[in-house]
Amino acid sequence: MSLIEADSERLLAAVTSLLAQKGIASDDELVERQRVTDAASPGQGARMVARAWLDPEYRALMLADGAKAAEAIGIPMRGMPPLGVLENDAETHHLVVCTLCSCYPRAVLGYPPLWFKSAAYRARAVRDPRGILVEFGTTLPDSIRLRVVDSTADYRWMVLPMRPAGTEGWNEAQLTAIVREGDMIGVTLPQA
Amino acid sequence: MLAPGTEIRVKLDWPETRGPCHIRTPHYLRGRTGTVERHLGDFPYPEDLAFARPAARLPLYHVRFDQPSVWGQGHTGDALVVELFEPWLETIAP
Repeated sequence: MSLIEADSERLLAAVTSLLAQKGIASDDELVERQRVTDAASPGQGARMVARAWLDPEYRALMLADGAKAAEAIGIPMRGMPPLGVLENDAETHHLVVCTLCSCYPRAVLGYPPLWFKSAAYRARAVRDPRGILVEFGTTLPDSIRLRVVDSTADYRWMVLPMRPAGTEGWNEAQLTAIVREGDMIGVTLPQA
Repeated sequence: MLAPGTEIRVKLDWPETRGPCHIRTPHYLRGRTGTVERHLGDFPYPEDLAFARPAARLPLYHVRFDQPSVWGQGHTGDALVVELFEPWLETIAP
């Protein structure tokens, strides 16, 4: 019988038992990792963005080392790839894609949206990035420099968008609530 | 180690035509010229790691390419920024 024909429950049991026997990962560690994976969502990244909008020191930490900044607000990063943070400003916009597969900062954004993994997005984000942004409702002025970050190797990347006008005086919870998944991939901009 | 600002050319090489391999250098950049932005760190080389061979930790760089030159379309000034391992980068003689 080939692996493809094997009963998936038995296959999983065989793999987890081998992981334990070889001292790679215990059952408890697997359960803990599953809990962390299921808890990850764009809400985690949104908390980082909101904090960075309010706290210049946190912003500096986030730009220097995204993983440290995530851990600083209680997001588990053990065993995760390094997290790079791309800062948008008045002259620069970032768009993240993984043309080779679907590398994504899952620890802080959760599971990637289906379109992020589509061949169409992956091909067009590098060839016609401004065109694809328009389809997401984002028209970049000509004066903005667009940097398309192709996530090809060991880093995972998230965008730190600009704080939108009309949010003056808002608290962290209010700001967190307006930051969406797409804002941190770079296909959309946060709206007040 | 390549310093920020170093002009490089991505090797015009197609190992996938010679046998099984695992490459993190996209096709669309093979043979293209770009500029090193910064060293991101040293990481186990995926072309060995994927086959469970001993994998040396090699320098990984963020390299910037002019987007319109790569695709023959686009907006002047737009850039592609890509993680590339040192063995794929050839320095261009000044």
